[in-house]
Amino acid sequence: MSDDALFEFLCRMGDNTLVLGHRVSEWCGHAPVLEEDIALANTALDLIGQTQMWLGLAGEIEGKGRSADDLAMRRDVWDFRNILLVEQPNGDFGQTMMRQFLFDLWHLEMLKALSGSSHDRVAAIAAKSVKEVQYHVERSGDTVIGLGDGTSESHRRMQAALDLLWPYVGEMFVPDHIDAQMSEAGIAPDPGELRATYDARLAEVMTEATLTIPDSGFAHKGGKSGMRHSEHLGHMLTQMQWLQRAYPDATW
Amino acid sequence: MYAQMVKSEATQEDPEKLATFQARIDAGEKIEPKDWMPAGYRKTLIRQIGQHAHSEIVGQLPEGNWITRAPTLERKAILLAKVQDEAGHGLYLYCAAETLGVSRDELTEMLLDGRMKYSSIFNYPTLTWADMGAVGWLVDGAAIMNQVPLQRTSFGPYSRAMIRICKEESFHQRQGYDIMMKMARGTPEQKRMAQDALNRFWYPSLMMFGPSDKDSVHSAQSMAWKIKMNTNDELRQKFVDQTVPQAEYLGLTVPDETLTWNEEKGGYDFAEPDWKEFFEVIQGNGPCNTERLAARNKAWDDGKWVRDGLLAHAEKRSMRKIAAE
Amino acid sequence: MSSPNSAYPDTPETQTRPKRHEWPLWEVFIRGQHGMSHRHVGSLHAPDEEMAIKNARDVYTRRNEGVSIWVVEARHIAASSPSEKGPLYEPSESKVYRHPTFFDIPDEVGAM
Repeated sequence: MSDDALFEFLCRMGDNTLVLGHRVSEWCGHAPVLEEDIALANTALDLIGQTQMWLGLAGEIEGKGRSADDLAMRRDVWDFRNILLVEQPNGDFGQTMMRQFLFDLWHLEMLKALSGSSHDRVAAIAAKSVKEVQYHVERSGDTVIGLGDGTSESHRRMQAALDLLWPYVGEMFVPDHIDAQMSEAGIAPDPGELRATYDARLAEVMTEATLTIPDSGFAHKGGKSGMRHSEHLGHMLTQMQWLQRAYPDATW
Repeated sequence: MYAQMVKSEATQEDPEKLATFQARIDAGEKIEPKDWMPAGYRKTLIRQIGQHAHSEIVGQLPEGNWITRAPTLERKAILLAKVQDEAGHGLYLYCAAETLGVSRDELTEMLLDGRMKYSSIFNYPTLTWADMGAVGWLVDGAAIMNQVPLQRTSFGPYSRAMIRICKEESFHQRQGYDIMMKMARGTPEQKRMAQDALNRFWYPSLMMFGPSDKDSVHSAQSMAWKIKMNTNDELRQKFVDQTVPQAEYLGLTVPDETLTWNEEKGGYDFAEPDWKEFFEVIQGNGPCNTERLAARNKAWDDGKWVRDGLLAHAEKRSMRKIAAE
Repeated sequence: MSSPNSAYPDTPETQTRPKRHEWPLWEVFIRGQHGMSHRHVGSLHAPDEEMAIKNARDVYTRRNEGVSIWVVEARHIAASSPSEKGPLYEPSESKVYRHPTFFDIPDEVGAM
């Protein structure tokens, strides 16, 4: 296993939480009800904190003196390694919560596996994160159920959100050469192995939510490899990185 | 302040009850929701706590404006946590108002259709990152000045909300000043941003305390009821006296050429803000009134299906539970 | 909020205003540390008890304040009436012998 591969893997973990944390933070001050506003901010704060840990470690492994902030604020789109799902726009609140749930469910299984990583630092970050994400998935799952099984309008919107985001689920489970190196070294699981648990839990929640999982195995790819992000990511970076780019000599 | 120019209601009630009520307040007792209280006390409190709560909620917007552009991960987290606290403070205050017999949704509707006001300060734009520093330092600084004495207010739920808020808010002003220190000691551009932020927020911050109230009858009634603890001018003076040395420490210039230390009164003499501008902002003509109210209306309208959906689910579930029993 | 013995005042909601379809109000009680009792910390709105607990976690334990949460819908709280303050509490004022300081124990007996 090379340090390059580990760096790549850590960027995947950190970019997922960075990009999703950013998206969720966009809700601050605009949520449907105060309690949700506060809850969304907690989720975003957890994700930003996890980003600092993953990208911090990535920078150390890389050994070129880049900090978590350098990685977050000074890389361009093609260097980002997050999955496409998390960079999708917020849409309405239902779409945001559906995206959150589809991610949280994978995230939890991933972190559980990483808690037993052969790499101590990876295991430690995962162990801390897993408690936060356990709560995320409970909350997003409950909300998906509540809105799916709510009014006819909320049901319609949640089904539309699931249909829209479903093609972005597959990417989480497709292994590549980085994953192969990680699982060989006992650092991370083969993502394909997480699918069975994910599907089982997903089916339970969607049944309770009275939503239908689309009958399609199609999956968009290109986020975690960095080959082809969606157009949305670039726009997000223009905001997120603007100050650091405009005033490169400043400290904040 | 967060509650500016709250009109207090005249009261026509049984003089004996009124006297007992006033005696309780004078003795420092807390009034609790189910205790007898004059209708004017109740009305004034609903108005004041409501306006305070609305200010916290609208107050999320100017700072929320920079969350997605915060320059580092740590600054982003701190700012997000701070704005989240504002939402929490609004929530506590709405709950305090609800103990007086008005619902949160009703209060919200009155904010959204303009029947109730929020603090003038949140109608000013945040244009650079230094504004996050200035808002924390000046706006939260001014708010704390008012909120600390309000912990002793006569209405129990309001007092308890204020105690919780003050405890949480202690980090807000410090994080603002921390940003100002970084900016004021940073690159020439950062320093320029810091000075510019102080220039733009100085007078609007002074306006937060409201116009001079020494002649106001309403103010006297509210002070007798201990729902207003100090006069606007007292608090404004205290704020200036506290803030000027802090600006000097940063190496920034307060945008007031008349500012001078007055040895005799032991405080600064300073220029009044432009009260015409203040009344324009209150009337809806501030730089951001339209955007702020539009943003809150959009959040409320877009959120309706969510609130209805989750409630419908809860009702279905409890029906199913009853049916199963 | 409108039962005669609720914790909050009866609201004139019935006469002048139609019943509103809002998320109900919940009272939140938090156990701050193991071994302590739950204390009332505030209120919030939620569609049902599960979301009320989750919301309480998000709203009232942002600074590590709790290890256990209770929620109860505000309208289910029965409260004593303020006018009964006298009869409810004053009788106990005369039972001074219930307090340990009522009894003088000589110093030489030691701590008791």
